[in-house]
Amino acid sequence: MADFQPKIVAFVCNWCTYAGADLTGTSRMKYSPQVSIIRFPCTGRIDFMLLLKAFAGGADGIIVSGCHPNDCHYSSGNFHARRRWIVFRGLLDFLGIDVRRVQFSWVSAAEGAKWAQLVNETSEQIRGLGPFSGYQRLRGLGVE
Amino acid sequence: MKGMEIETRSINREALAKWISLWRSEGKRILAPKKIGDQVDFASVASLDEVSLEQVQTVQSPKMAIFPRVEELFSFHSADGRVELRDRNLEALPETVVFGLRPCDAAAVAALKAIFTWDSPDSLFSARLARTTIVGVACSRADADCFCTSVGGSPGGVEGSDILLTAMGQGDYLAEIVTARGREMLQSAGALFGNAANTDKESRLAKVQAVFDPAAVASALSRLFDDAAFWEEQSRRCIGCGACAYVCPTCACFDIQDEGGISGKRLRCWDSCGFGLFTLHTSGHNPRPLQSQRWRQRLMHKFAYMPERQQVLGCVGCGRCSRACPVDMNILEHLQAAAEAKP
Amino acid sequence: MKALQDKARELLATKAVQVVIGYGRGRRGEARALFIREAAGVRDLIFDETCRQNLAVYLMKPEVRKLGKAALVASPAVLRTILQLAAENQVPENGLLALAVPASGDEVVALASFAALEAHVAALDNDLSAGEKAELQKFAAMDLDERQRFWQEQFSRCLKCYACRAACPLCYCTRCTVECNQPQWIPVPAHDLGNLEWNVMRAMHLAGRCVNCGDCSRACPAGIPLYLLNQKLISDVFAGFGSRSGMAAAGDNAMSTFKPNDPEDFIK
Repeated sequence: MADFQPKIVAFVCNWCTYAGADLTGTSRMKYSPQVSIIRFPCTGRIDFMLLLKAFAGGADGIIVSGCHPNDCHYSSGNFHARRRWIVFRGLLDFLGIDVRRVQFSWVSAAEGAKWAQLVNETSEQIRGLGPFSGYQRLRGLGVE
Repeated sequence: MKGMEIETRSINREALAKWISLWRSEGKRILAPKKIGDQVDFASVASLDEVSLEQVQTVQSPKMAIFPRVEELFSFHSADGRVELRDRNLEALPETVVFGLRPCDAAAVAALKAIFTWDSPDSLFSARLARTTIVGVACSRADADCFCTSVGGSPGGVEGSDILLTAMGQGDYLAEIVTARGREMLQSAGALFGNAANTDKESRLAKVQAVFDPAAVASALSRLFDDAAFWEEQSRRCIGCGACAYVCPTCACFDIQDEGGISGKRLRCWDSCGFGLFTLHTSGHNPRPLQSQRWRQRLMHKFAYMPERQQVLGCVGCGRCSRACPVDMNILEHLQAAAEAKP
Repeated sequence: MKALQDKARELLATKAVQVVIGYGRGRRGEARALFIREAAGVRDLIFDETCRQNLAVYLMKPEVRKLGKAALVASPAVLRTILQLAAENQVPENGLLALAVPASGDEVVALASFAALEAHVAALDNDLSAGEKAELQKFAAMDLDERQRFWQEQFSRCLKCYACRAACPLCYCTRCTVECNQPQWIPVPAHDLGNLEWNVMRAMHLAGRCVNCGDCSRACPAGIPLYLLNQKLISDVFAGFGSRSGMAAAGDNAMSTFKPNDPEDFIK
């Protein structure tokens, strides 16, 4: 599995984590290139189905990240998101989907180092778990 | 079928098990009733041991053999600005034996065929049907939801089966070789079949009393078409769930969906006239916005429109819809109510 | 039963309601929904252990609403459904009469106001039963792969007939997500991936709302134990947020509100 390059999709909010990731770059910090970032106005906008769609599309791992509680640009979007994540995570686990493949985080616009660390740790985590072929195998099943 | 003599043979359970293994060794897909959880449904089996014949009827029908729940119609591939369409390789469709279906299910093939080859032959359906052999098992039991004899069928009916087996007791089956394909099967099975000593099939069959005349029902339904109150009373408890259409062996409503992006597949899948989307127009107008209108459509389609247009009833009296219905929309009861309604 | 019939007769005769929605005897001896509009029809009303269907599903049907004010024979699950619908602004105060019938069936409590409904429901045991909790525990004890195989096998049999949705009184959207095709967010065909997405989506849309009536599972022609998904979320919503659906006629749904200190041990 030495040459396995995990595909990781990151759903991030524009105001905190996306800006934080920008800071990582402008600070010239090097970090794992496995992540493709998708920018949202707010974590509250992240539909839980998007996570499953990412897996179906070939993602091996997912990062979901936004503003810290109380710092949401829209006041409470991240609070709503948090509830959704609590429930969705429980459901995924119940269905036998490994929740270690989804990493939730609060990364603020000032936390460039935290973003790098998060991406590096998640990449290692997913590298260890291997490709999510079990989920991707579902595509095409049940069609005659 | 008239004029073609139906040969009779016999086969015992042990030989039947070998026959099924023979199909398997020939690389055929075998669909038969199998216990899955708390219910019996058609599924792929590898041996007679996996087959369940104790039940009166399975929950879902064997139409999945020739009209799958989801099938690919064709695929499309984009490259260099061009789109290539790739048809299904019909030759690669699996040879299938549907074993253990009831005479009503075998008779249902005629209704599906009438729809799928109505004015232009559906190549995928026709190819699947051409590759399907039907070995039915006659009914020794029936329940209150069965009404095959009211719609031209019977517990021992041979129509639609290539070979029909009737349990004669002590593990022996009477085998009626109904079609040319059935005779071919017999030839390759040869020694597994013996001569039929006991041909008293009637005494082994369930008794199902006919309760209505389909022609009378058809004209009653047509007469009641504009009686909104009648349809509303009947269908008030219907929740529009779609289970009836999905378990029905003659229901052929389908949807077509493209999946993929610049490359992908066009899929066909089951649908139901009971859904709100059934006749919803893009404009938002719906000629059948009420459940009662869609319920009326269901009965009229099966008992009036299909006989009129395709000379075949859209119902074989298997009773599945009634058994599966969560709110007891008993079709037999409703047909009788229609037949008895005052003009 | 007599108490129920007497009450229904009185309500119809005095025109306090225009329809009594209850249970009658079906063809196979089991109960099925009955809509009684004339006092004479109450003799067909029954109440026994086969009376399980959540009749509140009819409260959202225009064909039934147009009949006028209804009295609804209500098991505990139905009472909680009414309250949940009220909390979602789907039924008005004093818009219907709930006829609460205890398991014995020999008395009936008529509940008109939401306050009366709330008081009645508060006195019941609304938690998951010991048996239900034990079944969830069994799942928790399975390893991940075992759970994955279990659900993959279950969902491979899903027909996408939407009987689960139709049977559920809380799935009342006039245009369900699956019926929108710009984009076709949840696939229509019943292939394995689409089935997983559908069942996940429905479970999540019911999080904090489902009252555990079990109608979805009873309606499923493929025999999939859908109740397990709903009970898992009922358990998690209560454990995580302390909320339970169908207890009050006003107030936010668990998923449309939040607490500043909701648990977040899994968030880095």
